[in-house]
Order: sequence, then structure tokens, then C-alpha cells
Amino acid sequence: MTAPTDPPAAPKPTRIAPIVTLDAKSFWEAADQEKFIGQKCGDCGKFTFPPRPMCPHCHSLNRQDVELSGKGTVHAWTIPRHPHPFGFRESPIVAVIQLAEGIRFVSNVVGVGYDEIRQDMEVEVCFEPTMNNHKVPVFRPRSK
Amino acid sequence: MARTFTEAAIAGIGQTEFSKASGRSELQLAAECSLAACQDAGISPHDIDGMITFTIDNSDEVNLARCLGVKDLAYTTRIPGGGAAAAATIYQAMAMVNAGLCNNVLIWRAMNERSQYRFGQNPNQQMMSYQSGNGTGSLLWCVPYGAMTPASWGALQAQRYMHTYGVTNRDLGYISVQQRKYAANNPAAWFYGKPITLEDHQNSKWIQEPWLRMLDCCQESDGGVAILVTSLERARDLKQKPVRILGAAQSIPYNVEVISNYYHDDLTVMPEAQGVAKRLWKQTGLRPSDMQAAMIYDAFTPHVLLQLEAFGFCKRGEAAEWVKAGGMAIDGELPVNTNGGLTGEAYIHGMNSMAEGVRQIRGTSPNQVQRVQNVLISSGMAGAILSKD
Ligand SMILES: [Zn+2]
Repeated sequence: MTAPTDPPAAPKPTRIAPIVTLDAKSFWEAADQEKFIGQKCGDCGKFTFPPRPMCPHCHSLNRQDVELSGKGTVHAWTIPRHPHPFGFRESPIVAVIQLAEGIRFVSNVVGVGYDEIRQDMEVEVCFEPTMNNHKVPVFRPRSK
Repeated sequence: MARTFTEAAIAGIGQTEFSKASGRSELQLAAECSLAACQDAGISPHDIDGMITFTIDNSDEVNLARCLGVKDLAYTTRIPGGGAAAAATIYQAMAMVNAGLCNNVLIWRAMNERSQYRFGQNPNQQMMSYQSGNGTGSLLWCVPYGAMTPASWGALQAQRYMHTYGVTNRDLGYISVQQRKYAANNPAAWFYGKPITLEDHQNSKWIQEPWLRMLDCCQESDGGVAILVTSLERARDLKQKPVRILGAAQSIPYNVEVISNYYHDDLTVMPEAQGVAKRLWKQTGLRPSDMQAAMIYDAFTPHVLLQLEAFGFCKRGEAAEWVKAGGMAIDGELPVNTNGGLTGEAYIHGMNSMAEGVRQIRGTSPNQVQRVQNVLISSGMAGAILSKD
């Protein structure tokens, strides 16, 4: 039970925490530290998403996690209305982000109204908290 | 025994009623539709020697074989990809018969996906585990972002196409209206006797704003459908007119996956359907203009447009106008989903539309197209061409 003298707590995050697989573990651990990383092949230098144990271009197992620019554009987007997505007070804008590194990432666009979202609009990464003290990369309109 | 190439044909189809609450187990639905397909063909279920379904079906092969009294099963498989694999069952059944390895291949699908669980709702604990083999390798990456349902993944997949070619939600309504018109005339359809207008479509609630409304989405259904494949020669001696499997193919190009399909180069096309089309036209020597009808997987309406373009029935970006002009109507250039499709008849994951393809070749559809020689079947990642003997 909470003692009446405790300061009011910040609202608890309701967003579902990522489901972490072994091949994506380093990605989500970096996100917890507010770092947006991507998989780059240690031999041929190509980026790959989603993360996987082997480079599909040269079959190297030498996988490097490098920090990405965090810059991208809104390649596709939608607003889930029904059923209302679990863990969100308001419907989020879900988007496929085309990243500067040439790979794509499903995320949310935050900080824009439903009528302000535009195809190919420029966005940059930021982070939002989830249940169980994790963080996920989301995107906001790019600052000039 | 020497093996020779054997032509394959569909000899039987069977289905249960399509409902929202079947009141019996999925295994019972599977057994009932399988028996119906065997009886339609005039073969004993004891003689089934091949069994094929696809992932996200809970009825077990051995349990179903036990119901049917299958004496000696020579081949079973469960194809990855969920509904996208629907037509791949025909492909594999054809290949087994072609190779002389099976004589009576049963394809089945049976689910209580409305009364027992809800396909279109937010995932429950069981679905969150996303078993491998569903063909949706990247779904886990969508869930923390509120994309938790097939409609959300499907909208995200189709949105860039819709934006690029200026396809509006109202444009999609013409597909729904046409399919419900077909369903209204099909006694087996859930929406039998219930046509809709474009205004009904536009008044249905947003599922994915501003792309998909309720009436752009397939149903959640209880029911089962089965198809029996044998050799063409044998089919000629059975009860029904044989339906030849002229060609069948599957295609999963690099970086393509089912529904959470955002990683291939150009999101304004469906590369898997383009791959299937290329293989089918090459296998059979036929062209789009040789098809008199098509059954196209319509989990969501925009995917009908993407497949029409992938198969070359329309040029890129022109399918919506083609539909608006009546292209998929009974007297149109290519009647499409004449059972009412997965929105109008039922959502048995494409299997019910494949059975409709068989009826069109036999001449027994409630919305029969005149002078049918060839029917295209597409489930996106796989397809087949059915033909008159
Ligand atoms: Zn490499």
C-alpha cells in the first residue's frame, strides 16, 4: 500500500514492451540506452534489417551493431482505429520509416496531429518508454 | 515401380456450412468437409494417401486421418505462410500426383476462427508467440507500435500503393459492393441475400484510417473446406467432370514475407504475386486474356488490386479504375471472386474461393460465368490455373 505522504508518481507507461528474440537482443538493449542501432556486415559493409545471424549478401557471420543516423522518411503509414490497439490511450500513427541507411523500420510517428502526417515527411528518432522499464525508438518531425 | 509424369486433376470438393459459431470442434469440421470432398469425387476416404494443409490450422493430420480411417498415408505436409499458402496446397498436390507418388491427395482447412478465437482482434498470449512457419517473420517488430492486427499490417503494406496511385477508400468500395453482390446470390455465403451499396461501405467504421473500413476486411468465420486431387486419367472415371490442374506455382522473392511485408524494394507492387504470375504463364503458355474468371485472395480489398496488376490483368496503378468500370462483374472483362470472396462468402483462408474456381470449371457456380475454359486462383504467394478437360 502507498503511504499518503508519497509524491504522486508519473503515469506508468502502458505501451507493450518489445518481444526480444536472441537475434534482436542487442538492438533492444541499445534502445533501452536511447541508442538506435542497426546491423552492418563486418565484411561487406551492407546494412540489413530485420537483424539476422548471417549477412545475406556475403554470408559473413561478422555482424556489427553500429549507431544509425536516426534520420528517415515516412514511407507508409496508418492509424489503427478498431480494435483499439492495446497499450495506447489514443490511436498511434504507425509508420514504415525509410532510414537514411537504406533499411526500413516499423515505428510510430509522434508529435504530429492525425491531419499533419504526410507521405515521405522527414523524421528523426526519439524514444518512448514501455511497460517493464524498456524503451523503443519512435520518430518525430525532423528539426530544421 | 517406375515413375512417369502423371497429369493431375481435382476430382472432389467439400465444405461445411459457413457460420460464426459452428458448435463443434475444428477436427469435426475438418472430418466433415474431407468426407464431403471424397463423396463428391466418389472415392473412399480409406484410400487417401496424401494430406496437405497450411500453417495456422489446429486440426492435426493424424487425428484427421484417424477420423477418416486412412489406411496408409504416403505423404503429409503443412505449408508455411498461413492463407498466402492456400494455393500452394494445389501446387504440392499436383507435384505429388505428377511424380506418381500419391493417388488421392486430400487438402483441407477447418477453423473456428470466430467462435473459438478472434482473428481480427488484438493478439492474445498464444498468438504473441508467433510460431515460425507462419511466414510473417517480422511481426514482432510491429507489436510495440500498436500494429497488432492483420488489418493494421495489411493497411501498412497497401498504403504506399494507394497513395502513389491516388486510390481512395471509396475506390475500394467498388470491390466490396461487387463481391457482396455475388455473395447475395450464393446460398452458401454468410452474406447470402445481403447486398450492400457504396454508401453502406462508406458508412462502415474505420478499421485503419484513412485506408480500410470494416467492409474492406474479410470476415471471421467458422467452417471447413476440402479438395481432393488425383490423376486426370482416374478423375475421368469418377463422379464429377475432372478439373485439370494445368499449372501451379509458389513464389517467395527475397525479403518478402506474409503481410508484415515492408522490406522488399517497391511497396507499390506485390513481388510474390508477380513471381507466381511469371511462373504460371511460363508453365502453361497462357496469358491473362486466356482466363475467363479469377479467384483472388481478398483478406483486404487493396490486395485484390495489387494482384490484378501483378498478373497483368491491368497495368500498374489502373486496377481501381478497371474495377470501377465493372471489370470484375459477371459480365465484365474478368469476373473475380464470384462466390463473394473472403469478404462476402466466408474466410476459410482462400480455400472456399479455390472451391469456387472448381465450380466455375464444372459449370455449377451460383454466379456461373459463360464459356469458362480457364480459371486463375491466387493466394498471393501461390497460384494455380484450373481448366476444363
Ligand atoms: Zn556481408
